[in-house]
Amino acid sequence: MSSPPDGTALSPDRTALSPDRTALSAPASSAVAGAPRARRTLRLRWRQQRGWLVWLKRLIGAIGVLWAAATLTFIVQQLMPGSPALTILSGGATKPTQAQIMAVDQTYGFNKPVIIQYLTFIGHLAQGNLGTSYLQHQAVSTIIAQQTWPTLELTIVSLVLSWIIAVVFTITTAKRGRPVSAIGSGIEIVAAGLPQYWLGIILLVAFAIELKWFPVEGGGGLSSLVLPSLTMAIPLAGFIGQVTRDEFAKVLDQPFITSARARGMGDTEVRLRHALRHAVLPGITLSGWALGSLFSSAVVVEAVFAREGLGQVLTNAVAGQDMPVVVGVTLLVALVYVVANLLVDAAYVLVDPEIRLA
Amino acid sequence: MTTIINQALDQASRPTGDGGRRGFRPGVTLSVLLIAFLVVAAIDPRLLTSQSPYAVNLAESFKSPALGHIFGTDQSGRDVYTRIIYGTRQSLLIGIGATAIAMGLAIFLGLLAGLSGRFVDGLVNRFLEVLFAFPGLLLALLFVAAFGLGASTEIIAVGIGSAPGYARMVRGQILAVKGSPYVEAARALGHPPNRIVRQHIFPNAMRPLVAMAAMGIGQSIVWASALSFLGLGVPPPAPEWGAMLDAGRNFVTQAWWLEVFPGLAIVTCALSVTTIGRYLRRRFEGETG
Repeated sequence: MSSPPDGTALSPDRTALSPDRTALSAPASSAVAGAPRARRTLRLRWRQQRGWLVWLKRLIGAIGVLWAAATLTFIVQQLMPGSPALTILSGGATKPTQAQIMAVDQTYGFNKPVIIQYLTFIGHLAQGNLGTSYLQHQAVSTIIAQQTWPTLELTIVSLVLSWIIAVVFTITTAKRGRPVSAIGSGIEIVAAGLPQYWLGIILLVAFAIELKWFPVEGGGGLSSLVLPSLTMAIPLAGFIGQVTRDEFAKVLDQPFITSARARGMGDTEVRLRHALRHAVLPGITLSGWALGSLFSSAVVVEAVFAREGLGQVLTNAVAGQDMPVVVGVTLLVALVYVVANLLVDAAYVLVDPEIRLA
Repeated sequence: MTTIINQALDQASRPTGDGGRRGFRPGVTLSVLLIAFLVVAAIDPRLLTSQSPYAVNLAESFKSPALGHIFGTDQSGRDVYTRIIYGTRQSLLIGIGATAIAMGLAIFLGLLAGLSGRFVDGLVNRFLEVLFAFPGLLLALLFVAAFGLGASTEIIAVGIGSAPGYARMVRGQILAVKGSPYVEAARALGHPPNRIVRQHIFPNAMRPLVAMAAMGIGQSIVWASALSFLGLGVPPPAPEWGAMLDAGRNFVTQAWWLEVFPGLAIVTCALSVTTIGRYLRRRFEGETG
């Protein structure tokens, strides 16, 4: 349990906390720990030279996460009580006979040893084969492919919309004196806490049923996209807003802001040209997570607005215990999440050139 | 997912705003009153309503909110207010149960990671990272799909779904306490590691979790209701808030009150618990820092 008094014993742990942030925190933490300057520059140079190596490592890490996620879903399937053959045969009117069950076990390979089943599962996944639905007797990838676009459309529109709301809201209300800021952050907290199913219903009742501005059911076209994407965007904007507001307030106290003001720059310009760029950084980190979580809140929002999409597919599959479909959609979202986080890391470098890696 | 949310909340609630102010807080007082009301409703709903949550009266169906039925009636003429009051117990129990499961798992994983060597820590971290790749409700949905519908699956599913976020927090907390001057002092004084863990690291790392747990209950209620809303939680006849929302969905064009009031119950309950949790955390932080 002995550790050097300068606290360096902690730093390997901290590195492990989030490998993708290591590059960011390393200069700051070594400065705090008072590490010798020479070592720091050496480390910086190493990083500049091996930038592509860092990205390669991240890519391998991402594939590792996906593989582990797939394994986890396989374990859950194995732990499932009852035989999947019964689910597959449940469509028939009569109680399945032993012969029928054995036949299904044979076709789907449920009678093979677990390790063989696992290797087949992973092997198929690597080729993009997600298996066959127990209930719809169709390839899972076909089912997913048919329903991906509506959900993707909804997710992307929501993400963009939430950024617009959050940024406009932050710029107008952050650091405008106590009452305005307090009301602004209060609204953000409430917005972030709103459950999508309820917000969706409120918007539906108010704008589709009472005011009749938008269609009640999400049949297609732009007007049917407004309410669902607002439903997803408002809570997310609350989260992003809370983070950007905090950064915004901090940045506005920085000396370079004072000097910009001293040069005679107007308040709006200071906010737009200088403060915003810094304030969106933590928000961008949030976007990787946000994309994944939007996909999963699409499950609820699609139910509220009776929209087609992956969410509906997932809800029905969960209710019918159609595991291949559940696993397929789940792994697709995991893939989106992992890829989005890789992209976020790349975007970070674009917004803040100081932390350029490659 | 919760880590990032909590980081966001963390940042939002720190000194920039009304940081260390003390004194009368209308928001907190209101939240405590609301929670007290809900606790009464959970313990004995008959104190707050004289009607039955299951009494069918078709002549009274789809009555809009009025004096006799302040929140209106549903398709079978059942009083919505009464059903919300009776639903409190189940909704609160689901929230508390799920949070307890989440916290139990989180403390186990967090302690394992924070107190073991680098290897175990790295392993637990990898595991958490994998769980984070199933954002939001997904982990819970995967669990429900495998183990079937019902109240107990709902509790466990929501618990497992929110555990990774807390686990990461517990781990961070333990590492922070481990590196703090007073633990170093204890080490320098030659105290045995066991005693340091028991007397210093554990209590100090767990203290902020009380506030986290309070906020977690709010989040769990929202998530559990989402499952019920999708028809994947408590089955309909039960007066559970999320299940009420699900049942009212088909009538939303003719009876908005079936959707608005149960939802309002969920939102105010979750908001109140969260407000109290934030207040508690600020108090703890004020004491330690």
